[in-house]
Amino acid sequence: MSSRKLAVVSAGLRVPSSTRLLADQLAAATLRVLREQGVEASSDVIELRDHAHDLTNNLLTGFPSATLRGAIDTVVEADGLIVVSPIFNASYSGLFKTFFDVLDAGSLAGKPVLMGATGGTARHSLALEHALRPMFAYLRSIVAPTAVFAASEDWGTDGGDGSALRERIDRAAHELARLIGDRHPDSPLDPFDAPTPFEQLLAAR
Amino acid sequence: MQFGIFTVGDVTTDPTTGRTPSESERIKAMVTIAQKAEEVGLDVFATGEHHNPPFVPSSPTTMLGYIAARTERLILSTSTTLITTNDPVKIAEDYAMLQHLADGRVDLMMGRGNTGPVYPWFGQDIRDGIALAVENYALLRRLWREDVVDWEGKFRTPLQSFTSTPRPLDGVPPFVWHGSIRSPEIAEQAAYYGDGFFANHIFWPKEHFVRLINLYRRRFEHYGHGAADQAIVGLGGQVFMRRNSQDALREFRPYFDNAPVYGHGPSLEEFTEQTPLTVGSPQEVIDKTLKFREYFGDYQRQLFLMDHAGLPLKTVLEQLDLLGEEVVPVLRKELDALRPAHVPEAPTHASLKAAADLDTARQADAEEMVR
Repeated sequence: MSSRKLAVVSAGLRVPSSTRLLADQLAAATLRVLREQGVEASSDVIELRDHAHDLTNNLLTGFPSATLRGAIDTVVEADGLIVVSPIFNASYSGLFKTFFDVLDAGSLAGKPVLMGATGGTARHSLALEHALRPMFAYLRSIVAPTAVFAASEDWGTDGGDGSALRERIDRAAHELARLIGDRHPDSPLDPFDAPTPFEQLLAAR
Repeated sequence: MQFGIFTVGDVTTDPTTGRTPSESERIKAMVTIAQKAEEVGLDVFATGEHHNPPFVPSSPTTMLGYIAARTERLILSTSTTLITTNDPVKIAEDYAMLQHLADGRVDLMMGRGNTGPVYPWFGQDIRDGIALAVENYALLRRLWREDVVDWEGKFRTPLQSFTSTPRPLDGVPPFVWHGSIRSPEIAEQAAYYGDGFFANHIFWPKEHFVRLINLYRRRFEHYGHGAADQAIVGLGGQVFMRRNSQDALREFRPYFDNAPVYGHGPSLEEFTEQTPLTVGSPQEVIDKTLKFREYFGDYQRQLFLMDHAGLPLKTVLEQLDLLGEEVVPVLRKELDALRPAHVPEAPTHASLKAAADLDTARQADAEEMVR
């Protein structure tokens, strides 16, 4: 089987970022599971912070800069997507949303997605279910049932050993690996290569 | 090769003075700009059509008719005529009328319009945009080409034994361009009919337009109108010039930074790198415009946007002097020298009439032979 590509989108803002940390752990776990299944895979990380200005410009002008174009292509062409946002005001961050707002319609349809989020307390965890999941449902992505939320206490500050988080990451990684394994990447018809013949447009009226 | 200007007719506050022209001033300025275009040796003046402030040109044929009376050679065109929300019957009549008044110096560019709310103002639905463009244009073509039309469609009341008047000048309908920045369907439509395709690529990077124009060229050939490199392509452009680049940048920057379309977004430097916008010396404009041909192939019409974002009339007229005297003569010479002989010029009333006369003569000959 050909090599699979994971794209990892992190909307963390600080360095170091717990959002990025979670994204990296999800990616590492998924790659490990894929390798265990004999699937070669690699991952590319997209730090949305690096594209913050370009994303705003894209909203205003309607097109991405060359750098942002590269990030978008990485995401759109990936076999699977790991997306992690900090939770702000009970939802994904504006930066996170903006990235998905500038993608062409349909570009994430059928794409396996694993969602993660971070926040100060576990009380924000359902934002994954009421904010992120509906958005990816709208984008017609195929979202792993387990979404992983990491609060401050999950990083061991609460005297925990982090094993509960590791377990969730592991479960989610298995789910994403399975979705990627099941996926038969279809190449959607490019309207610039195969336009609807004009007789058909005329007849449809 | 045709060179000209196109205007959106925006009423925008001059960010350097805080002054906003009145509608009346702006409309008269557009006329002055059109006359200046002819004076400096440009070939085409095209006006947008808009039905919402801050734009003034809601009635293109009124304006173009007036300009026709004040010019001698200038081709009068649109950028664009809303094929979606205008009644095709009215388009057929208005532009045939304009043809007669302007002695044939008329063509049109069809567009769907980019303002969602316009559709319901004219009883239409933006979700039908493509379907409206397809059906309305199919009817428009028949109204210009058939003296008596029976017609029934989805979007307007049926026509029975209808004759659109006046008939096109010399029986030759105006040449039509189809403008699109996004839709492969419109490139397909232009190719199907062998009409022109205008890609207003001024706000976006070229890669997208290379695909769109290549699609049009490929399908033009597919539909038997000629080879792909003989398809009729028009391009936008946007420039601001001073003899010295630094002066151009300094003077244009406040207009760029506050411009309605891209203001408050990317920097002037980023935008000039990513799009056709050129701010600099006439030579820089020449160099960048010559690149268009490398990306898109030999093409027939180049229109520049010169009068937007609150630039005062005096400045726009100075820009047109530079464009007409220093830029276009060089571009004309270079591009004409590079163009292979089999690549045609953009059709004009004269060339379309000559082709129609030739057809008629051939038919007569053929009938003669049969007898």
